[in-house]
Amino acid sequence: MDPSDADLIASVLKGDTASFEPLVQKYSPRLFATARRYARRESEVEDIVQEVWLKAYQKLSSFRGEAPFEHWLMRLAVRTCYDFLRGHQRNRETMFSELSEPEEDWLERFGRQPDTASENAEAARQLIERILEQLSPPARMVITLLEIEDRTVKEISELTGWSVPLVKVRAFRARAEMRKILARIAKEKYL
Amino acid sequence: MNLFELHKKLISAARANPPSERVPLAFEKRIMALMPRLAVDGWAQWAGALWRAAVPCVAIMLLLSAWSYFSAYPANSSGDLSQEIDNTILAAAVQDQPSADSTR
Repeated sequence: MDPSDADLIASVLKGDTASFEPLVQKYSPRLFATARRYARRESEVEDIVQEVWLKAYQKLSSFRGEAPFEHWLMRLAVRTCYDFLRGHQRNRETMFSELSEPEEDWLERFGRQPDTASENAEAARQLIERILEQLSPPARMVITLLEIEDRTVKEISELTGWSVPLVKVRAFRARAEMRKILARIAKEKYL
Repeated sequence: MNLFELHKKLISAARANPPSERVPLAFEKRIMALMPRLAVDGWAQWAGALWRAAVPCVAIMLLLSAWSYFSAYPANSSGDLSQEIDNTILAAAVQDQPSADSTR
């Protein structure tokens, strides 16, 4: 029988560093999926996940075992991703005239008849990624967690360390920010 | 264009395409290779910091020594270092003593 997470963590804390490896193997897929929501380049994704594991190792003694290890790790991951977003605020003001041809086609199809534009299309995926990249770090974080991952305000509060009212305020502002970007697309495309 | 519908559609698109959980080959080995570096104890880190601090301290000491060695003596100096020190230390005592004229 495989040792439990608690057993592995106890071994690591006693000095057996090798017991950390099964934890890395078990939870890395989840961490990679999380990091890929915020970073596009694979090298950036790997850097984020590596940082999460190094922080986890350094702070392992602060894990009290009251909640599952995965929850504790995901908190670290979300906060590391947020730090990454804040540190990589590139020029977010890209013009929507730079849209690719499939993205433009998808938008035009949506403009003519919304039902015909499929959400499963690759163009739609690229377009939402482009829009998310233009949001401010808190807006991107809250839209991703609240609307895309469908988490509750309380869960987001626990993951990010923000208070519940702050999450609500940031969600409100994030939706307004997103509406503004969508309005800019519509204006650039149809005016 | 219905922006509310567009918002909903794009969020659905993001939900329909969850990111991949693919992990690069031997990623866990890479992480484990970084662990011994983190396991260095606090005393070693403290000693390392002291060694790093020693270099600028020595450099500053050499600069100050050179400056004091090459700087010229002040104009009113006698040139005798022991006499200068005596004068400086005893200056306060000499001032505190009442002069012979005032006691009369």
